[in-house]
Amino acid sequence: MTFARRLVGNAAPRTVWLLAALLALLLIAPAILGKYWLSVLILILYFAYVGQAWNILMGFAGQLSLGHALYAGLGGYVAAGLFFHYGIGPWAGVFAAVAAAALAGTIVGYLGFRFSLAGVYFALLTIAFSEFTRLAFDHWEWAGGAGGLFLKVDGGSDIVNLRGGSLLFYYVILALAAFAFILCRALLESRLGRYWLAIREDAEAAQAVGVPVLRCKMIAIVISAALTALAGVWNAFYYNNLFPETAFAMGRSIEITLAPIIGGLGTLFGPVVGAVVLTGLGEAFTDLGEALGMPGIKQIFYGLALLVIVMYRPAGVWPWLAGKLGLGELRK
Amino acid sequence: MTADFLLSLAQAVTKGLLTGMVYGLMALGLSVIFGVMRVVNFAHGEMMVVGMYLAWMGFEYLGVSPLLSLPFIAALFFVAGYALQRGLISPFIGRPEHQQFLLLLAVAILLVNGALAIAGPDSRGVQLDSQFDSYELGPIVFDAVRLHAALAAIAIAALLWLFFTRTRTGKSIRAAADNHMGALVVGLDVRRLYAFTFGVGAACVGAAGALMITIIPVTPFLAGEYTLLAFVIVIVGGLGSMTGALMGGLLIGVSEAVAGLLLQPSLKSMFSFGLLILVLLLRPQGLFGKSSS
Amino acid sequence: MSGARLELAGIGKSFRGLRAVHDVSFSVPAGAIHALIGPNGAGKTTIFNMIAGVFAPDAGIVSLDGRVISGLRPDRTCDAGIGRTFQLVKPFKGLSVLENVTVGALHRKPGLAQARDSASAILSRLGLYDRRHQLAESLTLPDRKRLEVARALATEPKLLLLDEVMAGLRPTEVDVMVAFLRELNAQSGLTILLIEHVMRAVMALAAEVVVVSYGEKIAEGTPQTIARHQAVLDVYLGEAEEP
Repeated sequence: MTFARRLVGNAAPRTVWLLAALLALLLIAPAILGKYWLSVLILILYFAYVGQAWNILMGFAGQLSLGHALYAGLGGYVAAGLFFHYGIGPWAGVFAAVAAAALAGTIVGYLGFRFSLAGVYFALLTIAFSEFTRLAFDHWEWAGGAGGLFLKVDGGSDIVNLRGGSLLFYYVILALAAFAFILCRALLESRLGRYWLAIREDAEAAQAVGVPVLRCKMIAIVISAALTALAGVWNAFYYNNLFPETAFAMGRSIEITLAPIIGGLGTLFGPVVGAVVLTGLGEAFTDLGEALGMPGIKQIFYGLALLVIVMYRPAGVWPWLAGKLGLGELRK
Repeated sequence: MTADFLLSLAQAVTKGLLTGMVYGLMALGLSVIFGVMRVVNFAHGEMMVVGMYLAWMGFEYLGVSPLLSLPFIAALFFVAGYALQRGLISPFIGRPEHQQFLLLLAVAILLVNGALAIAGPDSRGVQLDSQFDSYELGPIVFDAVRLHAALAAIAIAALLWLFFTRTRTGKSIRAAADNHMGALVVGLDVRRLYAFTFGVGAACVGAAGALMITIIPVTPFLAGEYTLLAFVIVIVGGLGSMTGALMGGLLIGVSEAVAGLLLQPSLKSMFSFGLLILVLLLRPQGLFGKSSS
Repeated sequence: MSGARLELAGIGKSFRGLRAVHDVSFSVPAGAIHALIGPNGAGKTTIFNMIAGVFAPDAGIVSLDGRVISGLRPDRTCDAGIGRTFQLVKPFKGLSVLENVTVGALHRKPGLAQARDSASAILSRLGLYDRRHQLAESLTLPDRKRLEVARALATEPKLLLLDEVMAGLRPTEVDVMVAFLRELNAQSGLTILLIEHVMRAVMALAAEVVVVSYGEKIAEGTPQTIARHQAVLDVYLGEAEEP
């Protein structure tokens, strides 16, 4: 069977055409949308992408990581640092970035899984590593220390070095998001993906039917870390600055988790739907706050929205939405 | 090692022990909540900060010292905690961690932004009359404010210990913590007990907040740091162990103070996180916890 | 599938000073059905756990067809040909019946499609085929038990360990399961070791029975023999009081 055939698998033709249409729309979106909406779309795609990456570890393999900023931060800093100090472009630097994050993932994963940490304890381990790294980077001069690392913006367009306007970054993040989506689908429909789901449901029972649990968990965290690093690289070159305080911040780790949790953990469309919902809410509340003359109110509405969603749709918005739209077979 | 250095070190350790006592009280609250109900209270630091703000407001607008407003704040926190547990958190008790995390994250966002909206981002401090007093024990100088806070923390911890070992409700809570199913079978009203537990845990945090404001000023941004600190202390000290929470608090307090002296202050947390990693890997039940099966 | 010979030699296990199993030895010839019985807490599941690799024995050796497997992790013992069910069933709740069994089948089949086919075939034999798309969570207990057996069978074991698979089943359901196991054993020669309390099933299936109490083997023989064995009667019915 060809790869494409396996990818489509049991999905209804209707679904595939809808997705193709969506992709086509997204490809021409910059021509239709104004600058503001394009930036919103970029944000959505970013959170959808990084959410997919995180979802592999949590939604598929069932391990809660609240320290994913570690991988994004490492990715960003390695690629940006290489560019800043040696002029190595991001397309080459990305390999080092991914390697660094993969190594970090291996360490965190090995320590966590080998020592049988699960649930909150594993989550705390991930937080500890992320925080530790944040503090270390605060004092690392090569990476700019606490003062930050700044990439030169010369206004020109240079695809090789990812210097350019929103348009360039839009297509890059779109490509990444599409890639992540296809990768997750491929993974789910593979032996590894099935083993992950089994581990998520009941690791002991999985092991009893021959699933190599430790190995599978390790693969999950390494893939998740590697993908997250790409987001970090993108982020670094888009915003042109990096600070340990923000790059490795717990807030960043948390925001990575929100889209997949809100959208629907362990599902293919969850992170995407979650990204749309959260970004939409964020923008709406910002506007509302400005209209009311109370900009701070945005966060309060945001908090209330999260509360409502977790109370009434704990499995996520997507499974509920799919049910409503009669798209039952897409629940996964 | 010069005598001066040793003295500075002793001074730092003393300061750390006193502050650590208040940290311990904060962590005690989490130990109660997490230890009994396994609720991952990501809003712990935010609750602490709200306690600090309430004490500050009492001082700023009513002229009442935090040490006096403490019982009221603790009582208020108890009621609020009871209601929060009963009304919001209860259904989430058996649920997967990520759902609890999201729920309490939402609560944390609401608390911290509520504080931000009411009090603004600037730091708010409390200047007590005893601000510049100190006691001396030999060459070592004790901050009066810190000493009072530490003593109050110890007193509260003692009250808590009495509650858990001498009162019926306290003993029932410990029973329910040890064996949920058994507690149900024996006829304990577990829901009410859990709400009580959360109330007690919240009261600890509120009290700790009232004490902490006498030592350092408050900003909304302290919250996240305190949540992490509380978890570090509880894990390092040992879940389900009151001694563990207090000892853990002291340990972290001292390590912070010493790190601040020997290294750069910003590195002080690195020791805490390093310790957390080691404890998680090598002795997950904590330094004072019981080894679980 | 054909069966493998199981041998336990001097197996022992202690937990924090408490002796759970002590010096237990017995063997199950290839293709036979034997039963392991004894009062609650006698150490039967502990013995299963040692065979399956959940933990290694403190003493003694477990071997399958002459190959030592004691100390291997559960996924490696599964490789070696051990399939097991759990006393309290552990289905993959969020996955469908078919997906549950497919995970087991993936252990032997090269691809997802072949694994699904194999899983479907096994589900048919266990009468679960028409419920294959239902979530495992929504199954009744008897169906969950059958699912558990199906999932274990999908790994193409040579020795099947069934831990109280009859518990909670009604007499008619027990008969169905007994018939299924008997046929399975007759057709494929799969070796089966059962932990059971339901004597009806033990009498119907087992060629030989091993009785354990307080972690030690106290009797071994045909079902008829051990039903009359004094030590066994004492253990189950309590010793007769002195007059």
